[in-house]
Amino acid sequence: MSEALIETLLAAPYVAKFGIRFERKGDELTGVLPYAEHLVGNPLVPALHGGAVGAFLEVIASATLLASQPLARLPKPIDVAVDYLRPARPEDVYARAFIGRAGARVANIRAEAWQARRDAPVASLHGHFLIKPAG
Amino acid sequence: MAESLQDLLNRLAPLLVDGSPHAMALGFTLEGLGPGNAQMRAPYREDLVGDPETGVLHGGVVTALLDHACGIAAFSGLGANDTPATLDLRIDYMRPAEPGKDVVAEAECVRAHGLIAFVRAIAHDGDESDPVASAQAAFMVTRPSSEAAAKARKAIETGQMS
Repeated sequence: MSEALIETLLAAPYVAKFGIRFERKGDELTGVLPYAEHLVGNPLVPALHGGAVGAFLEVIASATLLASQPLARLPKPIDVAVDYLRPARPEDVYARAFIGRAGARVANIRAEAWQARRDAPVASLHGHFLIKPAG
Repeated sequence: MAESLQDLLNRLAPLLVDGSPHAMALGFTLEGLGPGNAQMRAPYREDLVGDPETGVLHGGVVTALLDHACGIAAFSGLGANDTPATLDLRIDYMRPAEPGKDVVAEAECVRAHGLIAFVRAIAHDGDESDPVASAQAAFMVTRPSSEAAAKARKAIETGQMS
């Protein structure tokens, strides 16, 4: 657990601007992206911006790595691939990440975002992050 | 005479960023738009920083910029008739953007056929040969609700969002 760095992550201007928060049960984190009009990408559908949902998945992936072990600094994304499965409605979005493998330098991680129904994800991410374990 | 694709794009250009509340919130500006290509800028702004220690823009800004620029290139590549949805977006983050510098995305639709468009893009902070990130994305024209389709037709016809 990297308590202080989770606070740093949440306090980053970009993350704070969109009001992202985490609900924590032990080392399990669920991210919440509260709906706001400035998240809408296409008002005609209307749907949330793919970039906003993708960025939210990156944030929950970072936070899940921080919650899993003590790290010396914020994880840095190396590459991410986001699949968009459904249009994200103008409602809150939730996300959870799953660590595939966290080594000494790099972590492989997946994440999924959903809205009203947990079994109907709106987007999923898999990617690699550069990490620096503490000590 | 029928309106050329470039004329149509010129007419719709203001709509493609201003019509998107999220793109507006991040301060994106469209710098170029042609048949199957788009250039878009994200300003360096304190409120978009991801790591206060380094002052580097949040990766999410680059993600949203690449998604938006790729979407516009796909829209243009598909003939500027329908708004395509992102199927997938893959990004390589090659280096952090330099604090204080704007990030520019250059997106090109490499193939558009029927309902699908394939787009490649890079994001750089001044030097195209030293990119911050590169992206590959696929888009698809999805079947909108009849209400959304009517609104989109009207927006394309009139150049106004509502």
